[in-house]
Amino acid sequence: MRFAKILGALGLATAVLAGALAPTHAKADALERIAKEKVLRVAVPQDFPPFGSVGTDLKPVGYDIDTATLIAKEMGAKVELVPVTSTNRIPYLTTGKVDLVISSLGKNAEREKVIDFSTAYAPFFNGVFGPDDIKAEKPEDLEGKTVGVTRGSVEDIELSKIVTDKVTVRRYEDNNGTISAFLSGQVQLVATGNVVAAAIFERNPPRQPILKFLIKNSPCFVGLNKNEGPLLEKVNAIIAKAKDDGSLNDIAKKWLHAPLPKDL
Amino acid sequence: MAYSFDFSSLLDYTPVLVDGVVTTVALTAVSTVLGVALGVGGAAARTSTVKPLALVVGAYVELIRNTPFLVQLFFIFFGLPSLGIRLAEWQAAVLAMVINLGAYSTEIIRAGIEATPKGQIEAGASLGMTGPQIFRYVVLGPAMAKIWPALTSQIVIVMLGSSVCSQIAAEELSFAANFIQSRNFRPFEVYFLATALYLALAVGLRWVFSLMGQRMFAKGVSRA
Repeated sequence: MRFAKILGALGLATAVLAGALAPTHAKADALERIAKEKVLRVAVPQDFPPFGSVGTDLKPVGYDIDTATLIAKEMGAKVELVPVTSTNRIPYLTTGKVDLVISSLGKNAEREKVIDFSTAYAPFFNGVFGPDDIKAEKPEDLEGKTVGVTRGSVEDIELSKIVTDKVTVRRYEDNNGTISAFLSGQVQLVATGNVVAAAIFERNPPRQPILKFLIKNSPCFVGLNKNEGPLLEKVNAIIAKAKDDGSLNDIAKKWLHAPLPKDL
Repeated sequence: MAYSFDFSSLLDYTPVLVDGVVTTVALTAVSTVLGVALGVGGAAARTSTVKPLALVVGAYVELIRNTPFLVQLFFIFFGLPSLGIRLAEWQAAVLAMVINLGAYSTEIIRAGIEATPKGQIEAGASLGMTGPQIFRYVVLGPAMAKIWPALTSQIVIVMLGSSVCSQIAAEELSFAANFIQSRNFRPFEVYFLATALYLALAVGLRWVFSLMGQRMFAKGVSRA
């Protein structure tokens, strides 16, 4: 009988422990609380320009911050920005420290088990970019052309899969090398992220990196806790409205120097 | 110290490595021939009695010997396009290596020339040889014999320095190594092999040059 007792005690202990360790999801009343307190708490990046970085006045600025402000305004609440890193942004949400994560968050199956996602609010992709006078709509069009890429990057791996031997791929040590090669005309096109392309645009160069086609697309979504149906609906409605009335497009033009893709 | 080597992961990349070695050897061969030729010309100019010429070459030597090779390479590859001179990466690499080796070998060969006893030059003149003839037949041969080991070392340095050309995407041995380790995430094995290959190339280069030296200078008057 002692054995059964020990087993029973163990089982109880396990159950208690499991209960204590289970993620404490906020109850489905976040929207109510926001409406009552008139404060929307948002996790934003501070080390990932142009989505979020620290401005000259030491306040966070960027695409994500503008989106957070826009959503809060539509809700009639004051925005409270909580700077997070890419590793702690989801724990901040699941432990109820913030209501939303607007932190250039991509969607994947693992994350979908833990949190919910809104519709996409920002474009994030790798593509082939180049000046206006070069035509390239698909990988085959690159044949006979020179494409610069940062060696070992996601876009390098993806590009290498889709191009033939007839494409000259020049691989540089880092993004700066790739950008220099493009700006000096040593390569006709570059394969890189839209964020890097935006950084090139920022310098107002004579050779502008305009998107030719996508290589890999993983747009950004607003992250919410599970079982927050009303809040999710509200956020989705605000994003849809912002897409319609052009206010999200203005944010995209401001920070990414390119209009929102039509299929976002 | 419990690292288990896995060289089998390199097998798939053999063509990349072979291409890399071939490119490194080709870059070195072309820039050695052109660079040493430039060095001989530079040394002749620097020791000549035409003062402006000696000054111009002196300025070139000092400019190249007192700036980093990487900066010279970037200047040629990323800078010159602004002036409308756009060179492919291998052209830029060869040009940079030739200019670099030219400056160093000018100094090395000049040392050899200046070590030539005056009496030998006067002896040539008294035989009725012209200036260029004296340079070619009396001065240069013994000078090269004297500085051959130093020149060999400089060429090995240039060959090893060609690894820097991976920065402008010239696909030589270092580029191949960097490329492979960014794909198979086995940097230890890759750089182990690259180190061994560079070592073999350098030892081979020294061997070839020592053979060439024995052939060319065996009957030389000035075997030090």
